[in-house]
Amino acid sequence: MLRAIIFANLIGSLCAADFAREVAPLLESRCQLCHGAQQQMKDFRLDRPIPSEAGAKILERIRSAKSGFRMPPVGAALTAKEIAALESWIGAGAKWPGDYRPGGKSGHWAFQPLANTAPPAVKNSTWPRGEIDRFVLARLEKEGLQPSPEAARTVLLRRVSLDLTGLPPSTDEIRNFLADTQPGAYERVVDRLLASPRYGEKWARHWLDLAHYADSDGYEKDQVRPYAWRYRNWVIDALNKDVPFDQFTAEQLAGDLIPNATEEQRVATGFLRTTLTNREAGVDRAEDRFDQLLSRVNTTATTWLGLTVGCAQCHDHKYDPISNREFYQMMAFFDAAEEAEIEAPLPGERRRWEEAMPAYLASRGHILERNGIAELQNTWEDKLRAAIAKPGTDIEWDFSVTSMTAMFDRAKKVLLTDPAKRSWRDRVQLTDYFLSSMGPDFGRVPEIRERIADARQQITKLSAALPKLTMAMAVTGDAGYRGSHMRVKGDYRITGASVVPAGLGVLPPVSAAATPTRLDLARWLVSNDNPLTPRVIVNRAWQEFFGRGLVATSEDFGTQGERPTHPELLDHLARGFRDNGWSVKKLHRAIVTSATYRQSSALREEIAAKDPGNLLLARQSRLRISAELIRDSALTAAGLLDARVGGPSVRPPQPAGVAELGYGRLPWNESEGVDRYRRGLYVHFQRTTPYPQLMNFDAPESNVACSRRRTSNTPLQSLNLLNDPVFFEAAQSLAGRVVKQEAAFSTRLNNAFLMALGREPDTLERERLARYHDEQRNIFEREPQSWPKAGATKEEAAWTGVCRVLLNLEEFITRE
Amino acid sequence: MRESELLQQARRDFLLTGAGGMGGMALASLMHGAETVNPLAAKKPHFDAKAKSVIFMFMEGGPSQMDLFDPKPELQKWHGKPLPESMTKNLQLAFIKPSAAVLGCPRVFKKHGQSGMELSDYIPHTAAQADELCLVRSMFTEAFNHHPGQLLLMTGTTQVGRPSMGAWVTYGLGSESKNLPAFVVLSAGAGTSGGASNFMSGFLPSHYQGTMFRNAGDPILYLSNPPGVSNATQRASLDALRDLNLHRQMATGDPETASRIAAYELAFRMQMAAPELADLSKEPQATLDMYGVGKEPTHQYATNCLMAARLVERGVRFVLMMHASWDHHTQIDKKLKQNCEITDQPTAALIADLKRRGLLDSTLIIWGGEFGRTPMVEIRNTKEEGNGGRDHHPHAYSMWLAGGGIKGGQVIGRTDELGLTIVEDKVHVHDLQATVLDRLGLDHLRLTHRTMGRDFRLTDLGGNVVKKMLA
Repeated sequence: MLRAIIFANLIGSLCAADFAREVAPLLESRCQLCHGAQQQMKDFRLDRPIPSEAGAKILERIRSAKSGFRMPPVGAALTAKEIAALESWIGAGAKWPGDYRPGGKSGHWAFQPLANTAPPAVKNSTWPRGEIDRFVLARLEKEGLQPSPEAARTVLLRRVSLDLTGLPPSTDEIRNFLADTQPGAYERVVDRLLASPRYGEKWARHWLDLAHYADSDGYEKDQVRPYAWRYRNWVIDALNKDVPFDQFTAEQLAGDLIPNATEEQRVATGFLRTTLTNREAGVDRAEDRFDQLLSRVNTTATTWLGLTVGCAQCHDHKYDPISNREFYQMMAFFDAAEEAEIEAPLPGERRRWEEAMPAYLASRGHILERNGIAELQNTWEDKLRAAIAKPGTDIEWDFSVTSMTAMFDRAKKVLLTDPAKRSWRDRVQLTDYFLSSMGPDFGRVPEIRERIADARQQITKLSAALPKLTMAMAVTGDAGYRGSHMRVKGDYRITGASVVPAGLGVLPPVSAAATPTRLDLARWLVSNDNPLTPRVIVNRAWQEFFGRGLVATSEDFGTQGERPTHPELLDHLARGFRDNGWSVKKLHRAIVTSATYRQSSALREEIAAKDPGNLLLARQSRLRISAELIRDSALTAAGLLDARVGGPSVRPPQPAGVAELGYGRLPWNESEGVDRYRRGLYVHFQRTTPYPQLMNFDAPESNVACSRRRTSNTPLQSLNLLNDPVFFEAAQSLAGRVVKQEAAFSTRLNNAFLMALGREPDTLERERLARYHDEQRNIFEREPQSWPKAGATKEEAAWTGVCRVLLNLEEFITRE
Repeated sequence: MRESELLQQARRDFLLTGAGGMGGMALASLMHGAETVNPLAAKKPHFDAKAKSVIFMFMEGGPSQMDLFDPKPELQKWHGKPLPESMTKNLQLAFIKPSAAVLGCPRVFKKHGQSGMELSDYIPHTAAQADELCLVRSMFTEAFNHHPGQLLLMTGTTQVGRPSMGAWVTYGLGSESKNLPAFVVLSAGAGTSGGASNFMSGFLPSHYQGTMFRNAGDPILYLSNPPGVSNATQRASLDALRDLNLHRQMATGDPETASRIAAYELAFRMQMAAPELADLSKEPQATLDMYGVGKEPTHQYATNCLMAARLVERGVRFVLMMHASWDHHTQIDKKLKQNCEITDQPTAALIADLKRRGLLDSTLIIWGGEFGRTPMVEIRNTKEEGNGGRDHHPHAYSMWLAGGGIKGGQVIGRTDELGLTIVEDKVHVHDLQATVLDRLGLDHLRLTHRTMGRDFRLTDLGGNVVKKMLA
C-alpha cells in the first residue's frame, strides 16, 4: 500500500494532469467497457464530453466504499491518484480535447510511429557511457536522484556472465578479469561472452518461453515428441550466429515459403509446431486443429506485437483495436498451412543412414513376407476404409478409425491414397501402425495375433539398429487449402463469413497481394511501418537485463498494459535495433556496456523512499535467477556441467512417482553418464508431469506464450535446494574440488567462494563458516557412520556441509 | 515459532556471532522484510465464511450417475433399443452415435435417511450419510472429453494455463497452517487426464499451486534430508545459512532476503511436521477400521481420506483428492463395483470422522467428476457378453456436496426419465465454483487477477451461487 502511494506520487510529480496520458487511458480501461461505444449501460457513456450535472454523480460513485454502488463495479477500486485525475478533469469542465479520437483506438501510444528523440542533455557529463545513459540520467536529474556507483568488479563479472551466457564465471575468468587493468577490460569480457556458444543457449531459453516449447503433446495422452529438440537446436544456432531478427522472424513463421528454402529454414518453422495436440480418441480432429490455429495466432501476436488478440476469437476486443474479423484474418495465414514431419539430419547422419537403408528395407520386407503381413494389412485397410466411408455400420471399426486418426496425424490421408502412390515413409508408418494396432478382428485369432506380434517385435529390433536420421516438426503450405472462415462466437463448429489473410487495421496493410502468405505476414511484422515489433523486442531484452521492461507488461502493449517508464529511450532503442540490421547481439552489447547496467544493485535509502520499484533505474536490481540457471550454476560450481551444445533432451534423476502421475504413466528413463549433467535448457519437458525443479522455480507450464516469468519464493524451493539428490551431489562434488587442493581452511574457503559465488568471503563469513565446519567435523568424529559417500574423508564430509550452505545461499540464486 | 520471533532470534544470534553495528537502514529493511515474509498469510474473506476448508474428492473420468445417484427405471424398458431421433438430434458425444441403443441399469435403488434420498446399492456407506448430502442431479458442463472437461471443472475454462480452484482459494484466503502447505493434493488409482493442470497455479504465483502429498517415499518432494544428514546437521546448516543470508542482507538492503530466510524456516518446520502428519499410528484402531485403512481394497484410498481429515485439522485450506479412473466405456457394471468397493466406505468414514472431530461444519466436501455418462450403451467389443459401457455425457450428471454451509439431506435438480437432459434446476460447473467460493466467504466476481490485459476469475464469464445448496 505504502509503495502504491509512493509510486502514485512519483508518477504524479512527473507528468502534468494531462487528458491523453491520465484521463483517457483510465476511461478506456475502467469505464468504457460498459459506458462506451459498444454498450451504454444506463444510457450513459464516457467516451465523449459529459454533461456538467453528471460529473458530481461520477465522483460520488467512484469515491464510494460501498460495494455494488462503487464504480467500477468489478476489479480494484480506483486509486487516490486516479480519482484525483478524474476530479481535476471534471473540475475543469470534463472537456474532450478536439484532437483526441473517441475510443482512443489509434491514439494509443504503442501504435504511434517510433519517435526520433535525440538523447537529452544532462548536467553530469561524466557518468554516461553512451546514449542509453543520457536518457536514464536526464530523468534521474529531473527527480533529483543520483545514479549508483558501478558495482564491484567481481559482481559485475558474475552479473554479465549470468545475463549473457547463463553461467557464473570460472575462477580463471575471475582472476583474468581482476588482473586486466587496461581500459576496455569489461568490454573485452562482454565480447568474449557474446561470442561464446553459451550465449545462444541462454537466450534460446527466453525465446522458447515465448514459443512455449515442450517435448510432449500435452493433454491426456501427452505423447513424447522425439524430435522437438531439433527446433531448439535451430534457435540456439541462430542466436549464436546473430541471425538478423527480421530473418529470424521470417524463417520461423514462413521458412518453408522462402524461395529455395533450405532444410534449416524449414526446421525453423518448428516455432509453429509447439502447439499442444489432444490425442484423446474422442476428440473431434477439427476442434484440435482449430485450437492449434488459435494457439498460433495468439503466440504470434504476443511474441511480436505484444498484443493479446485472443479476446477477439469470440467478439471484437473490448479494449484494443482488434476486431473479431481481424482475428480470423490473422488466423487465415496459418489456416493455409499443414503440419509436416521433415528429414533434418545432423551433420554426418545422412550418409550413414543412406548406406544402411537398402539392407534395412530388404530385411523388413523379408520379415513382413515371412509373416504374411501384406495380405492381413490389406484386409485391415479395407475394413478401415469401409468404416470411413460408412460410419455407424460396425461400432468396433468406428472406434479403430477414431483411435487411429487421433494417434497418427495423417492417417486418413495415407489410407485413402493408392498404396502404389504412397511415399516409402508413409508405407512404413502405416505398416508400423498396423502392427501395433491390428484392429478388432485379428486380435481374436491367436495364430494371426501372434504372427503380427512376431513381425512387430522383429521390426522394432531392426529399426532400433538403423542409424539415426533426425527428423523435425515443421509446417508446409497446404495444397488443398480452400479458404478460411470466421467462427461464430469462437465456436469451431459454426462457420461464419469467409475471410482472406490480413493484418490488423490499426497498422499499415500487410501486402498488396490478393491473398498474402505467411511470408508476407512475417515481413509485415518487421517492416519499417510497424512500430510494435521493435518496441516489443527491445523491451523484452531490457526486461532480462533489469528485471523489468521499460514497459512492465512485456506481453501487453495494448491499452490495458502499463505505459513505458522511459518512452523516448524505448523508441530510441527500437529505432536503433531496426536501423542497425536487427542485430540482437549489438542491442545486448549496447545495454550491458551502459553505465546504467553497470550500477550497483544495493538499495540506497533515498531511492528506497522515492522509487521502491526502481522504475527510474538509479540502481541495478537484484534478480533471482531462473530455474534452469539455478541448475546450471550448481553444476558449474560442482565442475560437473556437460559442455556440449544442442542435441536431444535429457532426463536427470527425479523422484519416483512424479512421471507416474500422468495419464500415460510414461516412464522417466534416467539419462546416464554426462547426459545427467546437461544444462536446464535440455531437461526433457513433459507437459502434464514436468520436471519438479523447473516448476518449483517458476518455469512456465509451456502451454501458452510466456513473455515474462514470475519469481516466487516458497518452502518447496528450499527443500529442493537442500535435499534434491542433484543439488546434494553438486555440493559433494564442489567439496571434492575444494579438498583436492592441500591448503589451509582459509584458502580452501576462498576457492569455494570463488567457484560458487564469484568472490572471496569477508571476515565474518570466514568466522561463521569456520565455526560451522568445526561443528560438522565434530559430528563426524562422534558419528562416523553418518556420512554416506563411499571413501569420503571426514574433511570432505565437513566440506560438503559448507558447500551445501553456499549453494543454498540467497546470493547463490541471485544475480546481484 | 512465529515469523517475527524468528527474525528476532535470528538477529540476536547474528549479533552474538560478532556482526555488531547494524545500520539503521538495514534494520529498517529487515523489519520491512518481516512484514512481507509470508505471501500465504491468512487473509480476510470478502464476507463471513461458512466454511474454512475444502476437500474436493475428484472422481476422474466421469462416474455414471444413473448407476449411482439418479435412478432411471425407464432405462430397463428401453434397454437394447435406440432412442427416438427427436430426443437425440442435438447430442454431440465423444465416441458413440446418438443412435446407439439404451443400456439398462441393473442397480437397485433404495430410499435412505430422513430425507428418503434414493441411492444405488453400490454405495451403501455413502447412503448411510444421506442426510449430510446435498445431491445435485442436474450438473452440466460443455466439454465432453477428459482433459477439457477437467480443465473446465477445475479451472473454469477448457483452455490450458489457468489457475486451479485450489490455487484461487489459496490466493483468496491464504493459509491457516504454519507448518504445512495451504493446498495439498492426494492421489490414488491411475494417473489423471488433467495431470498437473488440476492443481497448478496458472498465471498466479507458484506459491498458490497444489503440493502433491505422495503415497510412497517422501510425502512431499525432497522432504527428507539427504542420506547421512541428521536433523541436527540440517538445523546447524540452516543456522549458518540464516546468519550468512542476514549478513548479506545488510549489504544489499533487499527485503526479499528475509522472505528467503522465512521460506527456509518453513521448509524446516514442514520437515518436522509432515512425518507427524503422515504417521497414522496414533489414530485409534476403530478410526482406522472405519476408514478401511490396512485392508484391501480400501487401504490406499482410505489412507488418503484419513490424511485429508488430518490435513484440514491442521489448518490446510484446500485438499484435492484425485481418484482415477471412472471412465467406464466397457464393462461398466463390473468396474463400477470395483471402484465403489474402493471408495465408498472411506468416503463415508471421512464425513463421519470430520463430524466427530468437530470439523464438518467448517469443511466443505465436494464429490464428483468432470462429466457423467450416457444412458446409451457403448460397445467396443461386440463379440463378448456383458461388455457394455457408457460414453461421456456432459449434458446431465450428478455430484454431491456436504459439510460447511451446505444444506444436507436434499436433492437438487431433476433429469428426464432417461437421464438424457435436465428438466429442473440446471447447475453449471461455474455455478458450483461460485457456490464453493461463496461458502468460503469469497465473491466469485471479486476474486480476480489481472493478467494479459484483463481481469480473470475462476468462473470465467459465468457462475451464479446456487441458493438452494446453502444451509
